[in-house]
Amino acid sequence: MRFVEAIRSALSAIAANALRSLLTMLGIVIGVAAVIAMVAIGSGARNLVDQQIRSLGANLAIVTPGNVTQGGARLGAGASSTLTDEDADAIRREIDGVTAAAPFVQGTVQVIAGGNNWGTRIYAIDLDWFAAREWDVATGRTFDPEEVRRGDIVVILGQTVAKNLFGEEDPIDQVVRVRNVPFRVIGVMAAKGQSAFGQDQDDVIFVPLDAGRRRVIGRNYAKDRSVGSIFVKFANEEDIEPGIENMTTLLRQRHRVIGDQEDDFSIRNLTEIANTASASANTLSMLLAAVAAVSLLVGGIGIMNIMLVSVTERTREIGLRLAVGARPRDILSQFLIEATTLSTIGGALGVALGAGAAYLVARIAGWPSLVSPNAVIIAVGFSALVGIFFGFYPAQRAAKLDPIEALRRE
Amino acid sequence: MSLIETHELRRVYDLDSGRVVALDHASLSVEKGDFVAVMGPSGSGKSTFMNLIGCLDKPTSGHYRLAGTAVESLDANGLARLRNREIGFVFQQFNLLPRIDALGNVELPMVYAGVDKKTRRERALHALGRVGLAERAHHRPMQLSGGQQQRVAIARALVNSPSLLLADEPTGALDSRTAIEILALFQELNREGVTIVLVTHDADVGRHARRLIRFKDGKILEDHRQTPLDARELLVAETAA
Repeated sequence: MRFVEAIRSALSAIAANALRSLLTMLGIVIGVAAVIAMVAIGSGARNLVDQQIRSLGANLAIVTPGNVTQGGARLGAGASSTLTDEDADAIRREIDGVTAAAPFVQGTVQVIAGGNNWGTRIYAIDLDWFAAREWDVATGRTFDPEEVRRGDIVVILGQTVAKNLFGEEDPIDQVVRVRNVPFRVIGVMAAKGQSAFGQDQDDVIFVPLDAGRRRVIGRNYAKDRSVGSIFVKFANEEDIEPGIENMTTLLRQRHRVIGDQEDDFSIRNLTEIANTASASANTLSMLLAAVAAVSLLVGGIGIMNIMLVSVTERTREIGLRLAVGARPRDILSQFLIEATTLSTIGGALGVALGAGAAYLVARIAGWPSLVSPNAVIIAVGFSALVGIFFGFYPAQRAAKLDPIEALRRE
Repeated sequence: MSLIETHELRRVYDLDSGRVVALDHASLSVEKGDFVAVMGPSGSGKSTFMNLIGCLDKPTSGHYRLAGTAVESLDANGLARLRNREIGFVFQQFNLLPRIDALGNVELPMVYAGVDKKTRRERALHALGRVGLAERAHHRPMQLSGGQQQRVAIARALVNSPSLLLADEPTGALDSRTAIEILALFQELNREGVTIVLVTHDADVGRHARRLIRFKDGKILEDHRQTPLDARELLVAETAA
């Protein structure tokens, strides 16, 4: 019998017992729907994490000021700025695999342009910032080395700030006032979107390190060369761990921290944090896939059961088919195709249901979800395999029937 | 060469209760174009004989040639092919597939013969025409009377132009008038050249054949030619009365 006809005949057999077929498929439907939904949600979550890693910049560590003990009182982390841009220079110079060491100081300021004003964060940075954060301007230009060296009063706006202060107008070469200092706008950063913590990363302005330290932020940075934190970017992920050890040694030396004294700084591997999140997302998907595999197995057993019932019910039909010239393997393939059609339809329904569920979760929980074509192909293929595997035994039983016995059966 | 040639055909069943010789050294031949009734009470061996003649079963010993093919040497696939090409079965219970219409049922043997869809349709319609059911082609078995269902089954048996029509109690499930109609159809087909072997326990049915073979205890008891009763005349007489 030709394949297309065999499928059509299988479909009519399935349709003849529509309710029973549907109930039989349910196991597969639920299994596949679970796989599709979970993989979609899981890969959506992983995508989110990946996106956050990318928006942070890959292979990144951050050096922040640590505890300081002053006269027996231990002050909390960040209470004192112990880092300087010379530390950044030393890191850039002496640590292997470092491609950028970006010292910066941050604060909160009110920015005024004409009649508009806007509260935002200010980052005083040097040129390495752009490399470390993998972030560039969309229009205008970044600082030139001379501007950074001299601490010129020029500013680069984040997208959100530019929009709030200038609307549709081009902000380049306009002047904004920050703490009464007139900064000339030289560029607008590319949009970056939300951070991992839901912060608008475009609500920010950038000024040269010295301009910020001397004229705007002041505070603890009176001691001229001190900085808030340092972003350190490595060329490769493998460089990060040894790099952090070497930096610790280097900074202890530079800060004259000796013996078992506590570090007056701390270094965190941001990529590792992101990777951990990504790994837990992975673990979650694996777990869900295992649950789904079990339910596919149960679905497969359901199909085997109903196919055995079907073979028994249709013994006379099998006998007749054998009498009019069906070979045993024609009978085998007929029932195999029927089981496979049943499970594949179940798989397709499952894909639809799973995709729908994933979409719903995405809408309601605000999670991103991603129905990948791969997952769909694997799920449908896998349910077809389930049909073949669990359909084989009943089909073989049908094919082995003796035509005389089969015809005599009531 | 005869259509059917059996030589010392023997079939023994090994049952829990012991060995049963269902058919014992049956030798006979049937010529092309004949109409043979095989009769006998239940347990006489006529069903075993039919299963062997129909290539549904293999003899314990002895030889059987159907249209020149040595049947005992064939495997399951070879038997299936021979049944498909050379034999058309008609059963007491019709054995039509309930889910598909008359046309689809008639097409079934051609599906396994690998005939393409278009040819199948044409030949099935033609076969339905031969049994007088061309207008019922798209009715399902449930929508047909017993006699009509048996006609569909006969059309199915004829559709591959087999050399032998093998009928097992074809009138057993029908009322007497319908039974005579079916017998009239058999006689008509026989006049057109179809070889028929009809297995029955009913003497009235057996009288319509040209040759009568009677089995008892697995042996051929009687084998003679007779003047067949014309079913058409019976119908005319009955209608007149």
